[in-house]
Formats: sequence, C-alpha cells, structure tokens
Amino acid sequence: MFEEVGTTTEGDIIINVGPQHPATHGVLHLVITLNGETIKKVEPHLGYIHRSIEKMCESLSYRQFIYVTSRMDYLSSHINNHACALCVEKGLQVEVPPRAQVIRVLMDELTRIASHELWWGAMAMDLGAFTPFFHAFRERESINDIMEETCGARLTMNYMVPGGVMQDLHPNFQKKVKEFMQLYKRKIHEYDELVTGNIIFQNRMKNVGYLSAEDAVSYGCSGPAARGSGVSCDIRKIYPYEIYDKLEFDEVLETGGDSFARYMVRIREMQQSIRIIEQLIDNIPEGDFQAKTKAVLKLPKGEFYTRVETARGELGVYIVSEGGTTPYRIKFRSPGFSNLSVLDHIARGSKLGDLVAMMGTLDLVIPDIDR
Amino acid sequence: MWSFSNIANNLHKWLSETFNPTMTLIIEMVLAGVAVIGLFAALGLVLVIMERKVSAWMQIRLGPNRVGPKGMLQSLADTLKLLVKEGLTPNGADKLLFNLAPFVAMIVAMLLMAPIAFAKDFQLWDLNIGVLYVSAISSIMVISILMAGWASNNKYSLMGAMRSGAQIVSYELSAGLSILAVVVMTGSLQVSDIIHSQADGWWIFKGHIPMVVAFITFIIAVTAETNRAPFDLAEAESELTAGFHTEYSGMKFALFFLAEYVNVFIVCAIGATLFLGGWMPFHIGNWTQFNHVMDYIPSSIWFFGKTFFLIFVIMWFRWTFPRLRIDQLLNLEWKYLLPISMINLLIVTAMAILKWHF
Amino acid sequence: MSNEELKVKITELLPAATFEEGGEWLTINIDPKDWLPLAQQFRNDDSLYFDYLFCLTCIDWKTHLTMVYHLSSVKHRHNIVIKSKLDRSNPEIETISHIWKTAEFHEREVYEMFGVNFLNHPDLRLLILPDGWEGRNPLRKDFEDTINMIKL
Repeated sequence: MFEEVGTTTEGDIIINVGPQHPATHGVLHLVITLNGETIKKVEPHLGYIHRSIEKMCESLSYRQFIYVTSRMDYLSSHINNHACALCVEKGLQVEVPPRAQVIRVLMDELTRIASHELWWGAMAMDLGAFTPFFHAFRERESINDIMEETCGARLTMNYMVPGGVMQDLHPNFQKKVKEFMQLYKRKIHEYDELVTGNIIFQNRMKNVGYLSAEDAVSYGCSGPAARGSGVSCDIRKIYPYEIYDKLEFDEVLETGGDSFARYMVRIREMQQSIRIIEQLIDNIPEGDFQAKTKAVLKLPKGEFYTRVETARGELGVYIVSEGGTTPYRIKFRSPGFSNLSVLDHIARGSKLGDLVAMMGTLDLVIPDIDR
Repeated sequence: MWSFSNIANNLHKWLSETFNPTMTLIIEMVLAGVAVIGLFAALGLVLVIMERKVSAWMQIRLGPNRVGPKGMLQSLADTLKLLVKEGLTPNGADKLLFNLAPFVAMIVAMLLMAPIAFAKDFQLWDLNIGVLYVSAISSIMVISILMAGWASNNKYSLMGAMRSGAQIVSYELSAGLSILAVVVMTGSLQVSDIIHSQADGWWIFKGHIPMVVAFITFIIAVTAETNRAPFDLAEAESELTAGFHTEYSGMKFALFFLAEYVNVFIVCAIGATLFLGGWMPFHIGNWTQFNHVMDYIPSSIWFFGKTFFLIFVIMWFRWTFPRLRIDQLLNLEWKYLLPISMINLLIVTAMAILKWHF
Repeated sequence: MSNEELKVKITELLPAATFEEGGEWLTINIDPKDWLPLAQQFRNDDSLYFDYLFCLTCIDWKTHLTMVYHLSSVKHRHNIVIKSKLDRSNPEIETISHIWKTAEFHEREVYEMFGVNFLNHPDLRLLILPDGWEGRNPLRKDFEDTINMIKL
C-alpha cells in the first residue's frame, strides 16, 4: 500500500487518512484520491484491528464465545452479547424468563443511548466543536455507573448468558435509572442549542453525503444510516425479538438522505429509547433472571441465524452447528462493514472536510468493521 | 501617580543623564527588544493557561490543576517540556525554509507589538501610519504558514497552508475595510490619534449601528485571520491532523503555537484600540462623579481589560462553534462580509462627512 | 410471500433447485452455474424483489465449500437463504456485486478468508489481510498459524 502514496498520472493527490488519524476514531485506513479539495475516490484498507473473532469462536464453547463478541462493537457490547445469547437460545429452544427479557431490553436501550451519546460528541468533535464531547460524556457517565453497579463493568459488560442474564439487578438500579432520565430530560435542550440549531453545523450537514433509499438497500446499509434515507429497517419493529412487540415506540424515519437526516435519526432515537425505558422501569416482573440450562451446552445440528438492532444497525449472528460443544462456523454480519462500503459512493465529489462529517454520521466503530 | 509612562520617562531621563545620546538610544532599543520578548513569552504563558481554563469551564471540567497554585504554572511546565524535546526535520523537507518558517511567524508577531498603546503615553513606536503598518505586517504571517506547509514535504501540511493562504488573503479585505471605517471617522492612521478621538466616547458607542457592524465584521475577520476556530481550517485537526504544522515538533512547534496566541492578543488589542477606546476609561456623558471613579483606574488596566475581554470572546467562539468547510468559508467572506463591509464603509463615510456621529 | 409460495415460485424459476428443510427461512441449494441468472431474477422480479443482501458468507466443510447468501426484501418482508456448493480445490462462482453493491466488500472478505474466486468481480483484492499475503486462507479449517494463533 505504500507505493500508492503520491500523485496519480492526472495530477491528483493521494493521501492516507489513517491508520492513525484524529477523525477515524480507531485504526481505519482510507486511501483518498483528491483533486484539490474534492474527493475523487475513497478506498478503505481494513484489517488493522482484525482479531478473527469468527475463527476464535470456533474453538470456544457456547458459553464462552459470547464474551468475545463484546469486543466487536464495543459501544453496544450488551446488544452484541444479546444477539449471541438469542442465537444460542434459538438452538437450545430455551424459554427466557420474563424478568430476564425485561432486564435485557432495558440494558439494550441504555446501551443504545450511551452509544448515541458518544457518537454525538465524537461527531461534533469531527466537525471541530470540542465542547459537545464533554457534555455528551456527562450523561454517558451516569449510564456507565448504572452498568458498573449491575454488571460489574463499564464498557464490555458480558452480562448476557444463554437463558437470561448473569445476575440479578442491583437494588439501586431503578433509582439510578430514574435519576439518569431526569438528568437527561433536563439536559436534552443543550444538545439542540449547542449543535443541532447551530447554523454552521446545519450548513455542514445539510445536502452533504446524499444517500438514496435504493442505494442504501443495495449497499446493505442498516440502522440509522439507512433510516436517514427513509428505509424502514428497524429489526425491533420488523422482526421483533424479546418483548419489543409489546412495547410502544416509533421507528424513527427521516427522508432527507443527507448527513443531517442521519444525525436527526440518532437524536430522535435516543428519545425513543427513553420512552421504552420509561415503560419498563416500573414494570420489571418478579421471578427468575435466568432459565435453567445445562452446564455444557450442545446445540443440535443445524443452522441458526438471529438479527438484532444494535446502535449502528443490523447485527446478524449465524451459527452453523455440527452438534458439538463448539460452533462449527460462526459468521457475524456486522452493521459497520456494510455501512463502510457506502462511504466511497456518498463521498465522491464532496470536499475533504465533508468526508469527516460523513464518517461521523455513518458512525463507524472500527473493531466492528474488522471483527 | 504610578504609571507605565512615568516609569518610561524616568528611565529615559536617567539614561540621558548617564550616557551620551547614541548610547541612550542603543540601550533603549535593547530594553524595548527585551521587553517585547518578555511580553511575548509572558503572553504565551498567560493566554495558554487562560485558554485551557476557559475551555475547561465551558466543557464542565476542571482544567489543569496540578502544577503550581490552581495549575497556573502548567503552561510553564509545558514550555520546558517543549524546550527539551527534539526538533525533528523530516527527510525530504526543504531544510532552510522549514527551519525559517517558525521564526518568520514569531518575528511578524513581535513586529506587530510596536504600535500598540499598552497604557497612556506608553507605546514603543507611535508611527503616523500605525494602523496601516499593522495591516501590512500581519499579511506577512501568511508567508510563514505557506513556507511551513510547502517545506514540510507533507500533503496535509501543503493543503493546510493552501487553505490558510486563501483564507487569510480573503479575510484581510474585510478586516481592512472595517479598520478603515474607524480611520474615516478619526481622520488619522496614528494609533494615539485614534485613541484620543475616543476621549468623549468609544467609537462603538459614538458611531451608531454602522460602527457596531464594523466591529462585528472586524471580530469575525480577525478570528479567521488568526486561524482560530471556527475558521481553523489551516490546522483542522479532524481533517488534516495538524495542518501546516503537522511535521513540527519541540520548540519550532512551540513558536508557531506562541505566535498564534500573540497574534490573537494583537488583533484583540487593535480591536480594543479602534473600537473600544484603547486605554481610555469608560465615561458616561456628564456623570462627573462616575467618570472620576473611572479615571482612577489605571489606563493599563483599561487596555488589558478590554483586550482580554475580546480574547475571551474569541476563545468562546472556539469552544462553541463547529468548523466551517473551505467553500463555505470563502462564501462567507466574498458573498456576505465583503459586500456588507463595503456598504458599511460608504455609510460610515457619509456619516463622517455629515457629522452624524456623536 | 410465505415460504410455501416462495417455494412454488422458485421451482418455476429454477427446477433444478433443491430445498432444505428445518430452517427458519426457506433454504435452497443451487448449482454455482445457475446463480447469476437466478440472482438477477431475484432482484428484478416484482413478486420476489429481494433487494437487500444482508449476509454473504462461506462455510468450509473440509470436503467442499458452501457459499451462503441471505436475502431479504424490504418491500415484501420475506427472506430466503441460497446455498451453493463449491469445489474446494478450485472454488469459483460468479460475482453478484453489480446486483447488490454490498456484495463487493463481502466477496472480497470471502475471497481472502476462504480463497473463493469471484468471477468478473470489479476489484478482487485483499481487503483485510496485509498486502503480500499469499495462498493460505485463514478461515479454512486446515489453516494453522503456529506463531500468531492462540488455541483456546
């Protein structure tokens, strides 16, 4: 890749954004062909943080492999774990107790808020506004505190196990979550004042990185990246898992297709998550938090696929079992990988400064792309 | 009463009595040079700690609080660290230009100190084209940035430098036009004349709305000229890593860094001088009692107070606004600020001729 | 369309296809040669309209490789799984990256991880593995990296 550094025969500049670059938030390497400030081509080079989790999982038991997946999309590690647990449960045909289901959904939504908070701050930082980052972390911090009390960890929680959750909720959980929601509602207007309503920000985001609905589907985009183009793809609505079909919430859709639409989807999605938490926090049923499962899990021979909605889009877990104690093959369909592939398409013809905004609104998490 | 001008005059008297006139001149020049370098360093330290504290306050953090009382010696410690760091020159760089660029930046910042009136009758050089001198010298700044960007042999640096060139050349126009508004009102380019014309009120109050417009244009334009956010495209860190000074390290980087802060100080000082009356105290019509109290505050405090207020405003911009894109930046200048300041200048000229101002 | 209706429709389109039972979604086995025309019909037929390729992967069965395509329709909300057996020593299949753009990246991943050669792919290069990597395909079952691989 190093001989590609230089200029092309047409006199275009080729620059390397990454693997270490302030805007890529990880070790993403983009080789960009520039004509002046205008982007002609974006070519991702991946693999800097590839740990081959899929190969690793082939030698791990069905209880163990869940914990490795926390390291994929580390910002929604709960949801990754959830997807894997669901897939194993599908194979074992285990019924998850209602209390565990509610806890799982609560944790998922808290994770989603935390992830979107971090995205919001990081994206504002990409655009040159540093302050929102710290404001976002104020709220994210209190979610992390909640997680720490109940799960014992702040980032890679590893709380989901096949059949339920690892341990019961901390006694303070409900109180803390209510406190968080109070804080969040008190501070939400700051988000709009600081970033959304800013004229510079709107000019940077509107009519930038346009992605049509057909292209979004064709490139396999999912999550807020596709919903910003008006593609209805919220797995929680279309193929509900756990108790999502009993909850009242809206699938957030924007039709703009530009960076601003994708931004607004995430901002509004946080409010929907708050709505879900509000419905559940006072209605956590009593009972077991874990179904009875055997010590050594054995999935029957066959193939199992689950789809869940992470903060970034659709995560698919595909387990091929030969009947043993370890999966024969696991494929993780990560949302980031497909969302990244659209970057070249939407970035062509725009300015270098906009590339950063587009990467921000696609919400790329590099370990999720590389796995 | 104790004041800067008394100290300067006494020093001059003592030197003239002790030495012959040539020797006096030489010693005074050396003293002035040392004073400027001292001020340069002191301003760098003060402004860096101020920026860090202001940003911390806006970002609900504490900021530096370990070195010295309330972390006030942090920037001194940072300077020491930068001094002992290795100054790398990349392979393939144009060594002469690469090493020269930070010094050009610093020299420009120092030259700009000359016509600034820090207190009543305390000025290094009250030349009769003071304001013109400032606009002329500050344009040299872009050369140092272009030198640094080109000589680094790095595409990020080059792009940063090119952006910066386009930006500074454009924004100089509206900065110049808004300065011209004051010059038209005063009828003089000399800094002391401009300050004295504001004895009965600052231009921002005396000049009705057109002067307020000129002031706002000036603040926007100088923010762009000093490459501060939201116009920091030359060093847009999320796009170009560090822009024109990507390849600089150690003290050479520190010189760019210092020059940036000193430039901020200078443009704010010019803004305070032109629009807010420099070291002139705040007076209200015929409230003699109030005006008397205001007169008791030393003129240096007035000057530094106003300047630091403007610096705070510029820092406030930096920590709240996102960055513009290069085409939006140029649109803002050529499509909005330049026509506005041109029309504004016409109105101001009409006002000056018809004596509509207070 | 329900799985039964899909089954009828696909039997019309491709009589040679065999169906696999037991899965959540309709699973069909096809010959690699039939894949490209079938894919075009899947994408363009109004009653099928599979416009969303949400998963593309490969499985190494030690005796042969199996390409697995998971397709979905945003319009009709039905899913289908297509499997195609490939020869392990010389795996070849037509690319579908011009039909579903997302396949371009996924096929590159499968190309380097399993060594499947996608015919007519516009840009079949290494995506994740470092430049100069040759031959060995990490996700194949017989891959052993004595230095870097940690056996758990």
